This record gives sequence, C-alpha cells and structure tokens, in this order.
Amino acid sequence: MSLIPGSGAITRILSLAIALPVSTNQLGGSSDWTTYLSLISYLFFIVLIFYGQRIQMYVMIREVENSLHKLKYIKEEGRKNAIDAIKEIGKPTTDPSARVDRYLEYFTISPQNMDPAGIVYKLDHILDVRDTRLKDEVKLMAPSSDEVQVNNLENTLEAAMALNFIYKVVRHYYIQGKKTLSLYVIMQIQMILPMIMKEAEAYASALKAFAYGQPIGDGAGALVAAKLMHGYELRKLPKDCVMATVQIEGRTAIIIKAEGPGGNVGKPGDAVEAVIEENEGKIANVIMIDAGLKLEGELVGEVAEGIGAAIGGPGVDQYKIEEKLTKYHIPINAVIIKEDIGDAVSPMRKEINDSVDKVIERVKAVILERTKEGDKIIIVGVGNSIGVGQ
Amino acid sequence: MAQNQTSPATKRISTYLMMIVLIVIALSIVSLILAANAYLIGDGLTAGFLAIIGLIAMTMSIFTLYQSRRQAVQMKIEMPKVMTTIECKKCGSKTVREYQRGDYVYKELDACPKCPDTKQIITAIYKEVKEKEKTYNV
Repeated sequence: MSLIPGSGAITRILSLAIALPVSTNQLGGSSDWTTYLSLISYLFFIVLIFYGQRIQMYVMIREVENSLHKLKYIKEEGRKNAIDAIKEIGKPTTDPSARVDRYLEYFTISPQNMDPAGIVYKLDHILDVRDTRLKDEVKLMAPSSDEVQVNNLENTLEAAMALNFIYKVVRHYYIQGKKTLSLYVIMQIQMILPMIMKEAEAYASALKAFAYGQPIGDGAGALVAAKLMHGYELRKLPKDCVMATVQIEGRTAIIIKAEGPGGNVGKPGDAVEAVIEENEGKIANVIMIDAGLKLEGELVGEVAEGIGAAIGGPGVDQYKIEEKLTKYHIPINAVIIKEDIGDAVSPMRKEINDSVDKVIERVKAVILERTKEGDKIIIVGVGNSIGVGQ
Repeated sequence: MAQNQTSPATKRISTYLMMIVLIVIALSIVSLILAANAYLIGDGLTAGFLAIIGLIAMTMSIFTLYQSRRQAVQMKIEMPKVMTTIECKKCGSKTVREYQRGDYVYKELDACPKCPDTKQIITAIYKEVKEKEKTYNV
C-alpha cells in the first residue's frame, strides 16, 4: 500500500521518487532489492552533499593524471626521436642517450632585474652563451653532422627539451595537488590543461619536422623573404642572417632573413642594426614580416598589416630594432601571417605556404603607399629558416 | 619514408573509473530487472519509472566508458603527410611528390626532363590538413 495520497499521475510519479521503498513493496519478492536500491540512492545523495567538492577534486586529479600519462608518452617519444635522429645523422661512436638526457635538463637563468638598466644586453649575452653551449653539445653528440644538420638537431633537441619541461611542470602540480588535497592547486593546472596539451602535441609533431629539416609555420616570414631574394646576390650579416639587394617598384629593398636551410632564427636585431648603420640611417621604411598568433575563429594563413616591430622571442631583437629606428626616426610597418601555436612549430600548412604571394602583394602596396621612388627600404622576413633556402 | 606512421596507441583506462562504471551498470541492471518484475505484476507506472532510471544510468555509464576509451586511443602522435612542389622556371612544369629528407625550399634538383639545360627547383614544402574543425556561426 502506498503511503502517498492523491490519485493524479504526476503526483504519483513524483511520489515514487520519495516513497520508492514502500511503494515497491507491492512487487513482492523484489522488495528487498528495491529497498537497497533506494538506500543506495539516498546514500549517494548524502555523500554528494558532504563530499561533492572532494569528488570533484578527485575527478580533476584523474583528468590531470590521464593527461600526464599522455604527456609522459609524448615526452618519451620526443626523447627517442631525438636520440634516433642523432644516431642516424651524427653517427656517434658512443651511445648519445646519457648526453641527451643531460641536455634535456639544461636551464637558463635570466639576468637579475632589480636594476633593469642594461638588462637587454645582459640577456643577449646569456642567450649567446646558451646558444654556443647547446651547439657545442650537439656537435659532440653528432660528430658527423654538418652545420645545417647541427642546427636541425639543435632544434629537435629543443623541442624534446620543451616537452620534458611541460611534463615536469604538470607532474609537479599533479603531485602537489595530491599531497595537499587542495582543490585550488589542482584546479590551476586542470583549467589550462587543454592549452598545455595542444602545445605539447604541436611540439611532438615539430620533432619530426626538425629532424627531417621540413619548413615549419614559424618560417612564414623567412619564406616570404626567400621568395623576394631568390636569385639575387647574397651577403652574410651578423648573426646567422643573410641579405640581398633587390629592386621593388623602383625602390631599393634590402631583404634580410635568417640563413637557411638549417633550423635557425638568426639575430635580425643585429642584422637590421648593421644595415641601418651602414646606410647612416638613410632608410625610408622598415617592413617586418612574421607569423602572428591567430585568435580562435580567424583563418590560418590570413594576412594582416600593422605598425611596429613584428618579432617574437625574448625581446632582445625587438629592443635593438626599436632603438635604431628611434635614433634615426625611421617608420616601421609589419605584415603578419596568422596561425596558431600548433601550426607555428609543426610542418608548414598549405594555407600558410599559399599566403606568401598575398603577403608580397601587401608588402608592395605598403612600399607604394609609404615610400617614394628611389628610396631605400629594409624588408625583414622573421622566423625559423628550417627547410627554407634563399 | 615512413613519416606517416602513427605510433602505437597506449591503452590506459583508469581502474577507478572502470569500478564506478561497473557499479552503475550493475545498479541499472537491477533497476531494469525490477522494472520487468513490476510490469509483470501489472504496475505499469513503477515499471516505467524504474526502466527510465535503468536506461539513463546504463546509457551514461556506457558513454563514459566510450569516452575514456576514445581518449586512450587518441594517445598517439600523428605525423602529417608533407608534400614537395618541384618547378621548372623555364617551361613552368610543376610536379608534386612526397617530401624526401634533404629537400628544402629553393634547392636545385636535377635538370628538367623537358628542358635539359635548366635545373628544377623546389618551390614549396607543405602539409595538407583535412581539418574537421567545428564552425561557429558567430
């Protein structure tokens, strides 16, 4: 017999949820089962009231743990790929694994910024030392490799290094979260996990691109410069950059890019500085072309135009360029090719490759609008020159 | 070149999740049995109520299991197919082939089959992405 009064169907359904143990007594032999089922439901409800947040935390920890397993797998693959590439290209006489493991743990300490005056040049020096040290390590690991291969292997190891670092940071938060059982510690990493995973997957796909020497999305600027300077006489510039003097729309354009086809970003700051000084500041305009981070919803390979020094990295090159431009009051324009972080470090997408001609058209338009015939201009193709000759 | 190979998937479905899913499946089976029982003794409303609970719980647990399985399968590094475009500047002939190690943009290759005095050059290296990207009408 039901304890719930009322005969309407809706009332009856609602009442069933509350009085399930009693109403299902009518089921005869299964009444015990029904009682247990209801008790479990009540228990579940009570547990959720008191331990809801803790359960939510366990779910988050589990989610981070799953991603951590994936990151560990990607990191191990990265290490394996790097070692395989070194063995294949560098033909070392001993097993490079131990040296690779040591390389993956390298760190760089940025200069003290309590007194920020002159910090850019201190950082520049530290980065130069780092670059030389890492290149020397690669040469020791892969003695049979030439300059281009050393650059490619260095890039491969840097991608493996990035994967190793990402894994260790996520693992740190995961263990800390488990140790402290703090929702907020685990929440920090859980909230940004999709972005971290996207970046890690991009680096994983970059590993092979670097090892094989394929052009990457970040090299879009370098590719534009290569197209403009191809077939012209080249001259080396500091550091690891090349330049060619080209006539465009009646103007003398000095095209600068990092020297390819090895994985190399050069130091466009030093190169632009040198060219401006050589010309005693008589430069009508500087146009910088680089890959720019796109927002969700924007198309890969979209071209946009703006003002300012389009160059990423630690900021040393941007600072040097801005210093020189300010000294000689030279205007600066920028053209960017939009892509996301995944596209920037993985093999170049067709859309990015196809946008090169659009960029050249845009650069020509800027030259026509912003300079006069006979003027001298600088065009800098910023980005990693891996897989891009000149 | 074996760059399109995918690494073997690493399977790992959490035992904790599996345990919860199995408990929920067991409860939903009990609920469905009770629903059948209720239907047989003529209590249609109770039967319907229990059947709905059982079906929802079972669907949700199977979906959770499927999701975690899919996540485990996704644990692989996919290497895209990279293509190289080769052009002859004289006759304009264009060929596209799979990327080979050592290729780079503006690398000079062998002479063009149509114009023996002109070397072919690599003009592009790219990957084609067939993205199943969701579009948002905003």
